Amino acid sequence: MANKTFNAGVQDYQLTYWTPDYTPLDTDLLACFKVVPQEGVPREEAAAAVAAESSTGTWTTVWTDLLTDMEFYKGRAYRIEDVPGDKNAFYAFIAYPLDLFEEGSVVNVLTSLVGNVFGFKAVRSLRLEDLRFPMAFIKTCGGPPSGIQVERDKLNKYGRPMLGCTIKPKLGLSAKNYGRAVYECLRGGLDLTKDDENINSQPFQRWRDRFEFVAEAVDKATAETGERKGHYLNVTAGTVEEMMKRAEFAKELGQPIIMHDFLTAGFTANTTLANWCRENGMLLHIHRAMHAVIDRNPLHGIHFRVLAKCLRLSGGDHLHTGTVVGKLEGDRASTLGFVDQLRESFVPEDRSRGVFFDQDWGSMPGVMAVASGGIHVWHMPALVNIFGDDSVLQFGGGTQGHPGGNAAGAAANRVALEACVKARNEGRDLEREGGDILRDAARNSKELAVALETWKEIKFEFDTVDKLDVG
Amino acid sequence: MSIQTDDYRTKSTLETFGFLPEFTADEIYDQIVYIINQGWNCSIEHEDPANTSAHYWGMWKLPMFGERDPNAVLAEIDQCRSAYPNHVIRLIGYDNYTQCQGHNFVVYRPRGM
Repeated sequence: MANKTFNAGVQDYQLTYWTPDYTPLDTDLLACFKVVPQEGVPREEAAAAVAAESSTGTWTTVWTDLLTDMEFYKGRAYRIEDVPGDKNAFYAFIAYPLDLFEEGSVVNVLTSLVGNVFGFKAVRSLRLEDLRFPMAFIKTCGGPPSGIQVERDKLNKYGRPMLGCTIKPKLGLSAKNYGRAVYECLRGGLDLTKDDENINSQPFQRWRDRFEFVAEAVDKATAETGERKGHYLNVTAGTVEEMMKRAEFAKELGQPIIMHDFLTAGFTANTTLANWCRENGMLLHIHRAMHAVIDRNPLHGIHFRVLAKCLRLSGGDHLHTGTVVGKLEGDRASTLGFVDQLRESFVPEDRSRGVFFDQDWGSMPGVMAVASGGIHVWHMPALVNIFGDDSVLQFGGGTQGHPGGNAAGAAANRVALEACVKARNEGRDLEREGGDILRDAARNSKELAVALETWKEIKFEFDTVDKLDVG
Repeated sequence: MSIQTDDYRTKSTLETFGFLPEFTADEIYDQIVYIINQGWNCSIEHEDPANTSAHYWGMWKLPMFGERDPNAVLAEIDQCRSAYPNHVIRLIGYDNYTQCQGHNFVVYRPRGM
């Protein structure tokens, strides 16, 4: 502003960054933070401080502020709300102008929004609950290399969730023995098998050997079953150059899908790999190691729905979402909230699912939700009901722990899955009649009968740590 | 529990519902009702068992756009079967919203397959 003069010193953040009369623009990037301020710091000041520190501000005024139009570039705290059931915390809604972010870079968005501000002394804890990406930003991102519809067409999988499993033991198998485990799972009826995220290229099993043996297993199972099969070849590596080398070799082997760990490897590597996959017709499975470090604490960190949105923009065709019913943490309503963000083209605000903003995804392809971790055949009816068709259900121990081995375990799961889908299509209630549906199906499948007997007692009933905020 | 030692024999299962016993006409009828109730359009394809790994199978006439009568779809499957008794036949539900197939499963396998 031409009529402003420079006054050195410290002024309250809220004079500049608290703008309760502001109406966010369609092109603004909106954020909802859960803030616990330090004692004695008013909510408006804490919210404004978060807006400042995550956008243009610093702790003191500087003369160079006057060389630019701060009114145009600043983030604005525009609303404050109580957090149901927590007197100390509040929600701060902040609007950021689009020009604060580089086109097509979720890295830039995260560096700003969850950068220095998370160590800021004026707040005791801070959690990024949700983001609303404007369409103008979404259109600059590549997104999923193929998306749900193209993946279905390529793999010829229709009318049901896909079935997968992670090869176990996750560490220590030789490449050839590992390929055997893959072949057994696929010939038994799984659509996809997966490298464990820990499998990269260790001394006991170098990546090139694994890729070659697994490719033979996939191709043989495909030919014998008349079904299209795949194995997520993990290309996650210590450097991007090495990652790309592995991806190229997977393509050379004619394999349909590779995998990547997006948080440990980072969004830059992930976006590079996703772009390569799009150019090379390769499907991309995304694992989420490290997510619970970031998203499990309900007062500090980043909610997984934000990480899931960022992944959809960065690029991936599958993303692990938790199972709701298995061994890993995951509230049902909250999980469904971010599963929608992966798959739908428009997701309306819905506080009962932890969704703070309407989110329009436009024509961006969808990401398959992957339910994996401690699930077994008795969970099948609930899983089909919760996740629907556009998902991959992955039974690791639940396949390979079958007394008859991987092929029998795979067949048991496939029979259970198809029986549930058939029953659902006939209008039956899966969660109420699930037991009967499975027991009926087992009359025609010895493998399923054995699986039902093996896992009948296993339950994972612990309370969820990260609950949705309710009064 | 004792270890199950049965040999597991690999089967040519040809995707969705390949692990369930062959469907009766009533069971196929229920799936047709499901397809129609989703707002999808039924379509029938057939192929020589030797060529089923291809994406494209022979198409039986055109997809049955707007057909709401499950019996009419069943009748078409029967006609296709009479015309191609040695072919595998599958039923498809085309979803024009997602531009994908919402459903696809084999309804007939020739003898000995």
